[in-house]
Amino acid sequence: MSDAPTNAACPMNRTQVVDAYFMEHRARILDLAAFLDRVDRAGPGADDFRMQAFRAAVAILGDGRTERARRVLELLSDPSTEPIAKAGMKGATGAHDPKAGKA
Amino acid sequence: MYIDPHVHMVSRNTDDYVRMARAGCVAITEPSFWAGYDRSSPQGFFDYFRQLTEFEPRRAAQYGIRHHAWLCINPKEAEDPVFAREVIGLIPGFLEKQNVLGIGEIGLNKNSRNELEILEAHLQLASDHGLLVLVHTPHLEDKLKGTRLILDAIKRFPKLDAGRVLIDHVEEHTAKLVLDRGFWCGMTLYPDTKCTPQRAVDIIECYGSERIWMNSAGDWGHSDPIAVPKAQMEMRRRGHLESLVRKVTFENPERFLSQSGRFSAAPLRPTAPDITR
Repeated sequence: MSDAPTNAACPMNRTQVVDAYFMEHRARILDLAAFLDRVDRAGPGADDFRMQAFRAAVAILGDGRTERARRVLELLSDPSTEPIAKAGMKGATGAHDPKAGKA
Repeated sequence: MYIDPHVHMVSRNTDDYVRMARAGCVAITEPSFWAGYDRSSPQGFFDYFRQLTEFEPRRAAQYGIRHHAWLCINPKEAEDPVFAREVIGLIPGFLEKQNVLGIGEIGLNKNSRNELEILEAHLQLASDHGLLVLVHTPHLEDKLKGTRLILDAIKRFPKLDAGRVLIDHVEEHTAKLVLDRGFWCGMTLYPDTKCTPQRAVDIIECYGSERIWMNSAGDWGHSDPIAVPKAQMEMRRRGHLESLVRKVTFENPERFLSQSGRFSAAPLRPTAPDITR
């Protein structure tokens, strides 16, 4: 058996985490901002289900609560529980479409 | 040194084998996969199973990497149950091949009734033959629902021990679900659509290092066959003990896979190309 610890809490303190990852995530939040700007510049129109989910996910980032990654993934997930009648495609869109895949 | 327990090498070239070997890969396991198009006949699967059990192990050995395989019809081709059952009927004929570890990667893709029927047919085969099981969970918005359906389906096969089933492609919303039911779980390191190396290490920090492994699931799509050593680097960057790095990238997969009685990560001297073939 391994002598490695079962509990693997991050060895870095808060400052070390920020030092290590801030620049990388600064770039990513600018990517998010630029993406939203790009959608706006592309012209008028209503958000489809993906963009509605995206904007709700962005709100989770700033709500001050923990487990943001889990909650974003759950927000993007199909909430139904029964198998669908037939697979209409093989791929996935990245966000649940309330109009698709009724059981 | 590491094991990549889920990588589709039939889709990768020899440069990938070289990079993996240089990064410390000593053993891989290759689940049966969708080719990117539906095969036109069960005979296409017969040929694919030969590739996985005869040709690919020889190709990997040239780079000092031990190759093992899992057999099934992937859930992406399970929407036609008659066709799928014909393919499942071919599998027993390959179970005696020395690199076959079990049934996989079975599971669900779009969470349809036909996919569920074929998942259960595979589980019955694994239960009847006492085989290890490697389970694919659906992509993106279908993953959470599909994982729940899969865990419930496995529960209907009491002879299948949770300690001999690995549920793959877990993320932050499914890892605890899987671990709490006693299964093993795999995190797939993808550039866009699954876990990044950073998030995989986060999951280990949140849920512990028991019954968990990481894999690249490198295939014909946008993927990275040396993602596991990148996750090792991420763990070292954070200051995790070398014993923990080794545990989740070598010892854990070795422990799960060795239950097959056929897995080996022992050093392998690279073999010469077989010029007679």
